[in-house]
Amino acid sequence: MADVMISLKNVSKRFEGTSGAAVEDLSLDISKGETVVLVGPSGCGKTTTMKMINRLVEPTSGSITVDGTDVLHQDPVQLRRGIGYVIQSIGLMPHRNIADNIGMVPRLIGWDNARIKERINELVEIFQLETEMLSRYPSELSGGQRQRVGVARALAADPPVMLMDEPFAAVDPIVRERLQDQFLEIQARLRKTIVFVTHDIDEAVKLADRIAILNVGGVIEQYATPEEILREPANDFVRSFVGRERGLKRLALIKVADIETELGPLVAPQVPTSRAIAEMDGYGLDWVSIVDDGELLGWIDRATAERSTTVDPAEARPFSAYVTAESSLREALEAIATSRTQVAVVVTKGQRYRGILTLERISKEIIS
Amino acid sequence: MINELFRWDWFFDHLPDIWELTLEHLRLTAIAVVIGFAISFPLGVLAYRHRRTYGPITAVTGILYTIPSLALFMMLGPVTGTLSVTTAEIGLVSYTLLIIIRNTVAGFRGVPEDVKEAARGMGYTARQSLWKVELPLAVPAIVAGVRIATVTTIGLVTVTSLIGHGGLGIYILQGLSRLDSTLTLTGAVLSMFLAVSADRILVIVERRSTPWAQTRARAS
Repeated sequence: MADVMISLKNVSKRFEGTSGAAVEDLSLDISKGETVVLVGPSGCGKTTTMKMINRLVEPTSGSITVDGTDVLHQDPVQLRRGIGYVIQSIGLMPHRNIADNIGMVPRLIGWDNARIKERINELVEIFQLETEMLSRYPSELSGGQRQRVGVARALAADPPVMLMDEPFAAVDPIVRERLQDQFLEIQARLRKTIVFVTHDIDEAVKLADRIAILNVGGVIEQYATPEEILREPANDFVRSFVGRERGLKRLALIKVADIETELGPLVAPQVPTSRAIAEMDGYGLDWVSIVDDGELLGWIDRATAERSTTVDPAEARPFSAYVTAESSLREALEAIATSRTQVAVVVTKGQRYRGILTLERISKEIIS
Repeated sequence: MINELFRWDWFFDHLPDIWELTLEHLRLTAIAVVIGFAISFPLGVLAYRHRRTYGPITAVTGILYTIPSLALFMMLGPVTGTLSVTTAEIGLVSYTLLIIIRNTVAGFRGVPEDVKEAARGMGYTARQSLWKVELPLAVPAIVAGVRIATVTTIGLVTVTSLIGHGGLGIYILQGLSRLDSTLTLTGAVLSMFLAVSADRILVIVERRSTPWAQTRARAS
């Protein structure tokens, strides 16, 4: 396990005038460069837990360290300037243009204008924002654009730690998916330590390196990788929270490259069609792939093979869907379901043939 | 002659006097609003930052606001001199307080919570958040308060004619006592004109100081 970046030890929070604790005796270690998603039903204390890390909420008891420093003995203002913070409603300053919004923390910590400008340009590139957007006010942007600016602003001073409170919850599903994809791309490059709060288990599964599933009172029911949580829910609470389609969700996390593929029926071009028919019979199928020195040309069916004497690559039909080694098993499943041949053909870069995936092969993964 | 509704010859003959009284009217108004703002703004910030002070502050200024203006001038007479400018200004100032304080507090309270939370989360101190984030966003409401206070004061200045000031109010008073509609109309119409002009100018000030709010108005 890599170095611990954020550590919560026996942390509790009781709000005045409420009976139970919002968070009770919670301990959690988060490694450097890891995205940990806190997920749970409303009232489970996930946001409270996150806000105790930058002391927007003061813990009643327990200790919290960030990068080895005890945050409870640090000036909260200084602490917050060193931690990126994104909230659901974003909270861009309506009276400042986008450039000024992004430059807020750098200005607070005293960077000079040239350095701030340079950093803004970097972030514009990372987040693929339009430069002309910089002089506009937040009210002139779309929800998705505002959201990207909010994340860019949190990253402006290049903090090692980011806290994100349901940052994508307020945008429509299509925009949300694009923001999530961008999040993954950027995080793959930057490797920040991220604490991400959501109530959406699918978002958690998609974004997390590890998920902490919280129950009411800040009780951690399970803290594990998404794959592990879907494969082996620790208890009934986790099982019901993760919901149905556990197997399907897990398929989205497994790459085609991670499992063995079958070779599948294949012949080289210009060989006698008898070889092609023998190949089909061997697999009990009615088609065969034509592969020329590793390159996939397409496929022919039994009727076509029976009409001629040699396999003619000009007659090869293209596959309607391919999957690559980087595709998920969920994508492979979709390819299988929509293809006439009932298999997914796996190729690597440049149409290099790799093998086939069948429904039986994938269902074996769901069951395991 | 006197039965004529408006004698233009009198008006043109007295242009220098009218100009003089218009300036006095503006001076009385400006002093009252500036001093009123100087007192009200800090009290407004105090009432916003420390909620417990809001009640007492608005109660005291509320009582001042309800005293009939004439009675207030008479009550101040023995202390500051019945016919002094100080008496007139104290009266005028006291009517601006409640308006500006209420609007200041409303402006600050209207700042969206998420903006305040974001500022805090990014490491703004409470003071930085107040001056750099909350104040700019409260400006439209504060200026709106100053506008109402200014328009009200321009009207009230005419009442101070009863204690020997009054700017254009002098003409209103003289016109009433001599049953001369020319004088009354001159005082009343010009006073209204001042009020409308001041209001328009402050609207422009507000727009200039909040360019971000204008783009939103355009966008929607």
